[in-house]
Amino acid sequence: MTFADTEEEEPEIEQASDPSVIIKNAVTTKDLSVYFNKRPAIENINIKIKRNSVTAIIGPSGCGKSTFLRSLNMMHDMTPKAQVFGEIFIHGENIMDFNTVDLRKKVGMVFQKPNPFPTMSIYENVTAGFRLNGIGSRKEHDIIVEKNLVSAGLWDEVRDRLKTPALSLSGGQQQRLCIARTIAVNPEIILMDEPTSALDPVSSSKIEELIYNLKKDYTIVIVTHNMQQAARVSDQTAFFYTGRLVEISKTRKMFTNPKEILTEEYVTGKFG
Amino acid sequence: MTAEKVFKNPANLKRRKFVNSLMIFLCVVSSVLTILPLLYIFIYTTQSGISALNIDFFTKLPKPVGETGGGMANAIVGSGILIGIGGLIGIPIGILGGIYIAEYSKSFLAGVIKFTTDVLSGVPSIVVGIFAYGVVVLSMQSFSALAGGFALGILMIPTVTKITEEMLKLVPQSLREASLALGVSRWKTTLKVVLKTASSGIITGVLLAIARAAGETAPLLFTAFGNSFWQTRLDQPIAALPLQIFVYAISPYEDWHRQAWAGAFVLIFLVFVVNFLVRFVTRNKYS
Ligand SMILES: Nc1ncnc2c1ncn2[C@@H]1O[C@H](COP(=O)(O)OP(=O)(O)OP(=O)(O)O)[C@@H](O)[C@H]1O
Ligand SMILES: [Mg+2]
Repeated sequence: MTFADTEEEEPEIEQASDPSVIIKNAVTTKDLSVYFNKRPAIENINIKIKRNSVTAIIGPSGCGKSTFLRSLNMMHDMTPKAQVFGEIFIHGENIMDFNTVDLRKKVGMVFQKPNPFPTMSIYENVTAGFRLNGIGSRKEHDIIVEKNLVSAGLWDEVRDRLKTPALSLSGGQQQRLCIARTIAVNPEIILMDEPTSALDPVSSSKIEELIYNLKKDYTIVIVTHNMQQAARVSDQTAFFYTGRLVEISKTRKMFTNPKEILTEEYVTGKFG
Repeated sequence: MTAEKVFKNPANLKRRKFVNSLMIFLCVVSSVLTILPLLYIFIYTTQSGISALNIDFFTKLPKPVGETGGGMANAIVGSGILIGIGGLIGIPIGILGGIYIAEYSKSFLAGVIKFTTDVLSGVPSIVVGIFAYGVVVLSMQSFSALAGGFALGILMIPTVTKITEEMLKLVPQSLREASLALGVSRWKTTLKVVLKTASSGIITGVLLAIARAAGETAPLLFTAFGNSFWQTRLDQPIAALPLQIFVYAISPYEDWHRQAWAGAFVLIFLVFVVNFLVRFVTRNKYS
């Protein structure tokens, strides 16, 4: 299927329940709802995300973007008052059939605030996914560090100070380090929750470039408050509003000719 | 009052400057008042203790009543053994309890542990001594190092638990999530990320607990009991610095009084050395 399919008017649910569609997509959700303290944060989200695409999620604060993202790697497990309903498929497999540890190796996450491990060096941070699980030899780690720092566009800046504390890096460098750490464990999907909102424009554009380059190997879902960023990096954009998915379309269409009047008002800055 | 008035009114500004200096003054006075007794104790103990300090003090056994000289070698070693046993009991239990309360705070059991440690930290140390007497001394039919160590261990638990809990709660949630998101299991995350990040604070708590236990006298009176001779067997009565200081200080002999001061000085000094060593060995290279 192509992106054109997602723009058709037919109900998303019927598409989603077709097994072949589920397998083709990197992520499929069916009637996904998340409740905090019995109050809904997102309700009946049906989304399909193609492999090796970048999907931007936009919407006003509190509309459930992070909640949606965090349900994809079962991060809500950590919140006792959270309840998740509906089904989520990763490459056609129901995430309930995974154990959480394996799922999170497939579905990596980059957070809003750079969060390198403060007790570890740059080198140790990149290999954290292996070290913490006690995997890999010194030699293998060396290779992993170089390869992923190169992919994250950080190698040239840190190659001669790999043993220094990760916290000695600038915010933008720390965020690229976190991306290196995430891709080091070879995920298939990378979730990014406002990865550039704490960064300056130059660091942000480096990360955007990085996202563009990572697309050929990974499926990326990125939450952003920055419309220009969504327009620049994403193939398709999903607009959330008060816990509901209002519209998901090709990014170009979303920003020029959206289906919903609400979307148009939001992307043109009439509210939000 | 408008902002303009606040900034332009000189009387107001004067008053605020005055209040400001007053408050700073009060802060300085309170800090000095806090440090003074500590300084006084330290200087006085050093002055009175150092004169009685010599090689014999560290190498010889106490002399029988009436003879001068001798030392507290057995009490120094005894204190080390008692604290060692106490630490082996109190530190792991305290840390595990702290982890449980901090990381699984929603469970009913965590609430129970929290409540218990709060109560335990308020129990007078002599009561803990009586408990150790009842549980260990009576069942072993003898005063012993084990009984003394057991009492000290129980006294350490609430301090270590409380500090561990507080330090773990200071670790940002984002670090736990970073680790979990890499496909690291919950317990590995707790052990290798959360505990490690909090380690320097936890070490401080452990040291505090050790320092307190090192100076405890009351719970040792009827557990370790004290001993004038060499004893390293754990099932026998054993000497301890605070006990020895206590016995010497209330004795009528001038020489014993001086040795008691020396003992007090050595106790403070040893706690200081342990503090320094532990910090040095466990220092974090990245902070
Ligand atoms: N741990 C939680 N406990 C209770 N309510 C929560 C929790 N996390 C999120 N919520 C609620 O769920 C709703 C959606 O929150 P979410 O964080 O997903 O919004 P968001 O779209 O990511 O907002 P922002 O753009 O500000 O990051 C909000 O109403 C929020 O109050
Ligand atoms: Mg958010």
